[in-house]
Amino acid sequence: MYPENFFYTKDHEWIKIEGDEAVVGITDFAQKQLGDVVFVELPDVGAELGFHQSLGVVESVKAVSDIYSPISGEVTGVNESLNDSPELINEDPHGEGWIIRLKIKDASEQEKLMSVDEYEKFLEGLED
Amino acid sequence: MPMSYISLSDKEKKAMLDAVGIASVGELFRSIPEGVRLDRALSVPEPLSEPELTSHFEKLANHNRYSDFLSFLGGGIYPHFIPALVDYLASRGEFVSPYTPYQPEVSQGTLQAIFEFQTLICQLTGMDISNASLYDGASGAAEAVLMASRINRKTKILVARSLHPHYRQTIATYIRNLGLTAREMKVTPAGTLDLEDLESGLDEDTTAVIFQSPNYFGVIEDVAAISEIMHRHQALSIAVVTEPVSLGLLQPPGLQGVDIVTGEAQSFGIPLSFGGPVLGFMACKNEFIRQLPGRIAGQTRDVDGKRGFVLTLSTREQHIRRERATSNICTNQALCLLRATIYLETLGRNGLRSLAHINMQKAGYARQLLTGLEGVRDVFGGPVFNEFVLGFDRPWEEIAAELRDAGILGGLALGPDYPEWAGCALMCVTETHGKDDIDRLAAALKEALS
Repeated sequence: MYPENFFYTKDHEWIKIEGDEAVVGITDFAQKQLGDVVFVELPDVGAELGFHQSLGVVESVKAVSDIYSPISGEVTGVNESLNDSPELINEDPHGEGWIIRLKIKDASEQEKLMSVDEYEKFLEGLED
Repeated sequence: MPMSYISLSDKEKKAMLDAVGIASVGELFRSIPEGVRLDRALSVPEPLSEPELTSHFEKLANHNRYSDFLSFLGGGIYPHFIPALVDYLASRGEFVSPYTPYQPEVSQGTLQAIFEFQTLICQLTGMDISNASLYDGASGAAEAVLMASRINRKTKILVARSLHPHYRQTIATYIRNLGLTAREMKVTPAGTLDLEDLESGLDEDTTAVIFQSPNYFGVIEDVAAISEIMHRHQALSIAVVTEPVSLGLLQPPGLQGVDIVTGEAQSFGIPLSFGGPVLGFMACKNEFIRQLPGRIAGQTRDVDGKRGFVLTLSTREQHIRRERATSNICTNQALCLLRATIYLETLGRNGLRSLAHINMQKAGYARQLLTGLEGVRDVFGGPVFNEFVLGFDRPWEEIAAELRDAGILGGLALGPDYPEWAGCALMCVTETHGKDDIDRLAAALKEALS
């Protein structure tokens, strides 16, 4: 169920690498844990992010959760649709619910990320 | 059903001690080291009987001489008549005794009152959203500055010198270790915020200007002009209102481009007491709702589809956001809020407008009468609401002492807070002052100046 061509983090972010750019969002597991998303605090375009630096916040009816950047880079785009329709994160977390686009600064950081198999195994470990 | 609210008898205590297997209450504290135990009774007086206690408090209360005087003191807290209805309803047990309305299912009365208060504040200020109140206007002003900085992430705040001195001090205290800097904006000879000083004091790191209208000198500011200047420079306009009765007559800040309105609602049914408790309020434009500090009551539907009220948008607050919360406040002035709500709903729209008119006319009469006296001058000259500043040909301290001897508290000395207007005094006139009271002040002042 998790896209094969994505990479994943232990904080349940996904990242889709497209050359020297990437798209970032949170996984289906994360959106289920959060519950109905009511607000997303997005970063400014142009913001510089370090590896695992907080890029923004996802707010549900019961919790507020930081989103950490899976890779360092510069924000080139944010999903403005989330301002009016934050529920996109619940409905389509791996597609329409994407959060930011960025230009990758240090491609070697990819090695710190999990593949889809590793992530699914990681999730099984959590459910025990 | 056994009575739960009377003291334990020795028999009941013994039964409890036996149940947990210890001989005395002292044994419950055995984990406290010997070296830090007091081992003596506390140095407090012996208990008093009810008649002795009543007499003791009566003697203390009799030190208060305020009601012996005819007072024209204002300066951020105002004497207004409070209808009996406010005390009567607000002192009902259902309102006085409950705790914070975290459980909506048992707090609908309180939450409805908060929702009504928020609605009234929005109607009076012309803003979209109000919170459930703050401690006072001074902390409201400080919170508004922090809020502005969170909104545009800029760090310089322009503070009008014509903003209440205590509010300016409070802002300085709040921002001291937060990386924000304040710069004071001058007062014009007309007693208003200097717009040229404002425009030249702005730069790309200015978050907002915070000013008061009517200001500390009673003078009404050109709110729209201030907002326009700020918006042209991508900064915010924060208006402070210490006398909200003025909103019964003056154009609401929300219709003059203001982004955040904050201030003091003590004028709405809360007595002067010894300077408190009072009632801070804060309201803002819709787009800033998530940066608004304090509680917010919202309207919703229960499982049966019936209308109900809850505390909402709690994710702004510290019990969820922790160090990234909009504020560390986790309370509101519920009982004072209730009094203000009852007061406003008793007066109604027309009543408040009428009250504002009376205040303005009486202050106008007083100002005209007093400045007509020899040795008295109108310091600022511009339009005022119910306060104005007078200058004298004799040191104010001397005049004030003679007025006090005549049973009158004539006005607030400006000197301590504004050395440039040393010797001047701020007078406040409300609906509580009769024509004969004002005439009496004029006569006493004339006497003091002769």
